[in-house]
Amino acid sequence: MPVKIYAGTEVTVNDEGFFTDPQQWREDMAPEIAAENDISALTEPHWQVVKFMRHEYAEKGTGPSVRALSKTSGVSIKELYELFPKGPAKLAAKIAGIPKPRGCI
Amino acid sequence: MTGNGASTNGKIEKVSIIVSKGSLEGIYPALIMANGARAEGIEANLFFTFFGLDAIHKARHEHIKLATVGNPGLHLATWAGGLPGVSSVMTHYMAHKMGQLDIPSIPEFIEMIADTGAGLYGCKASVDLFGLTKDDFIDQVKDIITVGEFYDLAAGGQIIFT
Repeated sequence: MPVKIYAGTEVTVNDEGFFTDPQQWREDMAPEIAAENDISALTEPHWQVVKFMRHEYAEKGTGPSVRALSKTSGVSIKELYELFPKGPAKLAAKIAGIPKPRGCI
Repeated sequence: MTGNGASTNGKIEKVSIIVSKGSLEGIYPALIMANGARAEGIEANLFFTFFGLDAIHKARHEHIKLATVGNPGLHLATWAGGLPGVSSVMTHYMAHKMGQLDIPSIPEFIEMIADTGAGLYGCKASVDLFGLTKDDFIDQVKDIITVGEFYDLAAGGQIIFT
C-alpha cells in the first residue's frame, strides 16, 4: 500500500491516492492533498463540501455521488464543478480522506 | 497524449457520445455515460442525431417512451407490446423504478449534464431532415453542427455511438 506524507504525518493511500483509513486524516492535510490535485487554494465553499463529505461518510459509511452531494448539500452541480473541475465527488472525497464514492449517477 | 483520447498514463481524458435513438432505453445509457465521464473529470460532449434529437427537443423530451415493440429484452410478446397504452404504462413503471434509485428524468438529467460542463450539440443533417431549427431545442444546446464539426470537436478523444 503506498504511503504519503501530509502535514508531516505518514498516511496510507490506495493506488488512486484515496485514504485507506479515514481515521488518519486531519484537517491540516487537506490543503496539501488539494494542491496535488490542481486545487491551489481551499476556499470556504471548498471546505463546506469537504466537511460535508466527511459528515456523509461518518453517517452512511460512504461518500455521495455528485448528484446526491448536490441535492443534500444544497451546492449546485454547476458550482460543484467550478470548485472541483476534475470531478467533484471524487476530488472532494480524496481531499476529505474518505474512499472514492461508487455511485453511477 | 497518444491521440486516442488516452493520456500517457492510459486514462481516458475525453469522450464524444453520439445519441441516435429516441427511445427511453436508447437515451439513458448515453446520459449515464456522459454524466459518469464528467464525474471522473473526463471531458464529455453529446451529439444528438436522428431520433436522438427528441432527447433535447423542448416539446418532446418530457415524453420519451420505452420501446415495447421489437424489444425482446422486455420479455413481453410483441403483439402485447403493440396494444394501445402499453408503452405508456411500461414507461411509467420504469420511471417509478428509476425514481426509487434517484435516477433523474430525461429533462432533469440533460440539464444536470449541461451543468457539469459537458457540451450538447444537435446534428445539422437531422435537424434539416426533420424541418427543425435551433429554437426547437432546449437552451442548453450549444449549437447545431455538421458531422465535420463534430469530428473536429471529438478530435483527440474516444467516440461512443449509442
